[in-house]
Amino acid sequence: MQQDAVPISSILSLLTGDGGNFLGIIFLSLQVTITAVTCAGLVGLPLGAGLALVRFPGRTVIIVLVNTMMGFPPVVAGLAIFLLLSRSGPLGELGLLFTPKAMMIAQFVLVLPIIVALTRQTIEDLWTEYQDHMTSLGAGRLRSIPTLLWDARFSLVTTLLAGLGRASAEVGAILIVGGNIAGFTRTMTTSIALETSKGDLPLAMALGVVLMSLTLVINSLAFGISRVGARFSGKS
Amino acid sequence: MRDTTSMLPLIVRDLRLEMDGRTLLDVPLARIQNRQRNVILGPNGAGKSLFLRVCHGLIAPTSGRIEYTLPVSATEIRRKQAMVFQKPVMLRRSVRANFTHALAMAGVGWYERRRMADEAMAQFGLSGLADSPARVLSGGEQQRLAIARAASLGPDLLFLDEPTSSLDPTASRQIEDMLDVLHERGVTLVLTTHDLGLARRFADVIFFFHNGRLVEENDAERFFTQPETEEAKAFLEHRLFW
Ligand SMILES: Nc1ncnc2c1ncn2[C@@H]1O[C@H](COP(=O)(O)OP(=O)(O)OP(=O)(O)O)[C@@H](O)[C@H]1O
Ligand SMILES: [Mg+2]
Repeated sequence: MQQDAVPISSILSLLTGDGGNFLGIIFLSLQVTITAVTCAGLVGLPLGAGLALVRFPGRTVIIVLVNTMMGFPPVVAGLAIFLLLSRSGPLGELGLLFTPKAMMIAQFVLVLPIIVALTRQTIEDLWTEYQDHMTSLGAGRLRSIPTLLWDARFSLVTTLLAGLGRASAEVGAILIVGGNIAGFTRTMTTSIALETSKGDLPLAMALGVVLMSLTLVINSLAFGISRVGARFSGKS
Repeated sequence: MRDTTSMLPLIVRDLRLEMDGRTLLDVPLARIQNRQRNVILGPNGAGKSLFLRVCHGLIAPTSGRIEYTLPVSATEIRRKQAMVFQKPVMLRRSVRANFTHALAMAGVGWYERRRMADEAMAQFGLSGLADSPARVLSGGEQQRLAIARAASLGPDLLFLDEPTSSLDPTASRQIEDMLDVLHERGVTLVLTTHDLGLARRFADVIFFFHNGRLVEENDAERFFTQPETEEAKAFLEHRLFW
């Protein structure tokens, strides 16, 4: 009982009081995650749409590979990027290891396959429905991509939010390539891992609450968007 | 009355379509005349939809030719014809955006396409629905949207696959009125149906299909009074079996 009371009040003071460190951690987490997901979206949406519509040899192999990468263990991805970015690695010259940029790269790599795979599936299904109409209008597969991306907008935003969910919850990869340096590459998830092992439960729990709230916001958004989307697709 | 500026009549020659070793279409000769109301008639599975798709260029025939009277490019042929499908394709956008999208694909500029969309919606009684999502419309409204959308592209030749098959009499009536407007405008109409009533009221020329074969091409008047083939006679007397 006595032990419980202390962490809860400490959590409250962390959440309400001033804690530059605490807010810094949250800010960095958001910055890394949002940058990574935005870039993955910019690359992944057109890539997924292209993969859905353009026929080329080896397409099936790539689709299977991308689907496999969706379940890629984050620590393995982290290790691979670590090796690429380390001093003696092929990209060591850039000096990115243990910087926020390295963490963005790691999350980009983890989120990209999700976005490509889900986009491909969505666009391919929509194309089956739209093909006759688009062909009749004289628009081929390539010229139909903007139409399809726009008409799939609600599912695609949900896809991006799924990517955001995966990125913000991820710890293994960014721990390896970021190094969890205080005030520089320490994010919510890596702090929770560290503080818990150090025994600083209040900070870990406070960050846990913020992370949970963030997840709640993401999921509420996804739900709201799918409701609006249902109206446009005539399902409500 | 030959219109020398039209790419019609369209002449289909020795057309065959085979899939998986089955002959799905066999049309030795068919002429789609300019400004006529052409009706493709036949029982379910006769090949009516396939014939329309081949004529519209959505399916390449196994052999045979589709000839236009004027030597026109493939792009021009596309531009001058449109098709309304058996199950109309509704984009996940507003009714107005369904029009502007089609017009944009046809290369119409930004301001012009908004104007043309509003005009087409006003003409066919869709203005009140302009801002509704197209996919929440009723079946009849969707069919009207699909026809008005195709018409807004200003085609010379319009294919319609079973435009009234799933509609109640009132909605069918509205569709028939739309088709009359388009006919008066000089659009060549080619529609499929297995509805004898519609065919009688509407057709100038009948193309009667059975088992993928064009069995009879005849003037509508004559088709209904003195059909030339046994199959057509049987179909008109509701005793065509296969
Ligand atoms: N892609 C395809 N592959 C193989 N067979 C097909 C294909 N499309 C249609 N068929 C077959 O061709 C035949 C004619 O089909 P079609 O859709 O043209 O009939 P229809 O006259 O339009 O019938 P309905 O009045 O029911 O619409 C059918 O037997 C159908 O099974
Ligand atoms: Mg059909």
